[in-house]
Amino acid sequence: MQARDALNYDYSVAKCFTYSTILFGIIGMLIGVVIAYQMAFPELNYLAGEYGTYSRLRPLHTSGVIFGFLLSGVFATWYYIGQRVLKVSMAESKFLMIIGKLHFWIYMIVILTAVVTLFLGISTSKEYAELEWPLDIGVVVLWVLWGVSIFGLIGIRREKTLYISMWYFIATFLGVAMLYLFNNMEVPTYFVSGMGKWYHSVSMYAGTNDAMVQWWYGHNAVAFVFTVPIIAMSYYFLPKESGQPIYSYKLSLLSFWGLMFVYLWAGGHHLLYSTVPDWVQTMGSIFSIILILPSWGSAINMLLTMKGEWGQLKSNPLIKFMILASTFYMFSTLEGPIQAIKSVNALAHFTDWIPGHVHDGTLGWVGFMLMAALFHMAPRMYKKELFSKKLMEAQFWLQTTGIVLYFSSMWIAGITQGMMWRATDQFGNLAYSFIDTVTVLIPYYAIRATGGLMYLVGFLMFTYNMYKTITAGKDISSEPQNASPMSA
Amino acid sequence: MNMETIRELQAYGYIFFTIFLAVILYSYIYHLYRDEKTGTRNYEKYSNMALNDNINDLPVEEISPLNKEKE
Repeated sequence: MQARDALNYDYSVAKCFTYSTILFGIIGMLIGVVIAYQMAFPELNYLAGEYGTYSRLRPLHTSGVIFGFLLSGVFATWYYIGQRVLKVSMAESKFLMIIGKLHFWIYMIVILTAVVTLFLGISTSKEYAELEWPLDIGVVVLWVLWGVSIFGLIGIRREKTLYISMWYFIATFLGVAMLYLFNNMEVPTYFVSGMGKWYHSVSMYAGTNDAMVQWWYGHNAVAFVFTVPIIAMSYYFLPKESGQPIYSYKLSLLSFWGLMFVYLWAGGHHLLYSTVPDWVQTMGSIFSIILILPSWGSAINMLLTMKGEWGQLKSNPLIKFMILASTFYMFSTLEGPIQAIKSVNALAHFTDWIPGHVHDGTLGWVGFMLMAALFHMAPRMYKKELFSKKLMEAQFWLQTTGIVLYFSSMWIAGITQGMMWRATDQFGNLAYSFIDTVTVLIPYYAIRATGGLMYLVGFLMFTYNMYKTITAGKDISSEPQNASPMSA
Repeated sequence: MNMETIRELQAYGYIFFTIFLAVILYSYIYHLYRDEKTGTRNYEKYSNMALNDNINDLPVEEISPLNKEKE
């Protein structure tokens, strides 16, 4: 025991990824707000020549928030939670420290190169998989380094059983590895046929097969990047911050295996009424609906963890962030399956309701959980009180209002759009042309962009609060057991 | 193979998988509760891994006696 008395958890890698979470959060969300305003005010497309057009910026927004903001957050929380629930410090292994730091720097190089190449318009044109093959190799390297870090730390652990969050982190690692490799199987055109630049490639699959692999990947990117690691965070941070044990640990295990089994089959719902086999479409629909069960299993478990302790919602804004995140998780995991029903999809597909749904999940569930996680980590990593509780409260309400504006405008816009697209006159001719729908939707686009702007301003408030916590927060003498200390 | 046969096979497959997966699901739930009842495992105490996670806190389950000796 004496040897461990002098030992502390080493957060140096977690801190690096905390900074990159904030950096890529600002970049990704800022671009998101710009392209949202471009839809409301198309002349904004021409501010920066080819570099400022919607088509150039959209993959930057999605890649920026998914692979920049979110993955950084996943890595930051992994390097924090991993040590704590395995009860082993990174400082105990020089090898793992080097791997951790290498992981961070290779990650930064890959993501910054991705930002530059996407600005230059270098893209495979596969949604959420736009990076060309040299960068894909970089992604594989950084992913393997993360794997070494995960299994290395597990290898030297003191705690015999892996905590539920560990299972979710491992699932993220394995799931993304499999999905990313198979969807990014690409043929470098220059080396095979002398066509294009050396970095250009085409997918190894063609036509319908490409579509099926793409959406098996695309939907499971939502599963294994947006959902699985965020559940890992909530199973750690909510009990820890509230001081309450998980309501039912058994339910967390059942939901885990349920989610793992069901999610992988649901991607077909992106291709309803397309050329993929009918059974793939039906399976996609059915599995999407079954997904409600494991998703709600986790979400309800989080809400019930607060049983008898709801007073904490009033006193602790971090609990508020996490409970709203869980609520949005329930909300978007009900909305998604509804959209995957074939008859609903006939109306909803390709409309604004879909990005509306995605942003319920990303802004409400992912964003809130990640910010709460970093707020919880800050006093423990920097030994400082959180800078301002009032600012946190203001941020919470500003961002919540922003999300409500976002999804409500997109509901109305999406359903209006879907109804107008299918409206016919008495002879069966289409009643509206495409531009008619665009004209009708412009006010909703303005509301959506403003909702997004409010969320971005909230994120800047979060950044300021984190910055002031690190630089000017009151020192704390000992680590808080549960509720994070914060100045009024 | 004609379409009718394909549809028939699909229907048998559907029934088989529905029953098979339901059995797996309930068996797993039964396994979780049985293990707790027989004292093989106490799942609920694992929540303490997050609550008592200081480096000096005792692990909920020590990994092996060998590691303990090392300290």
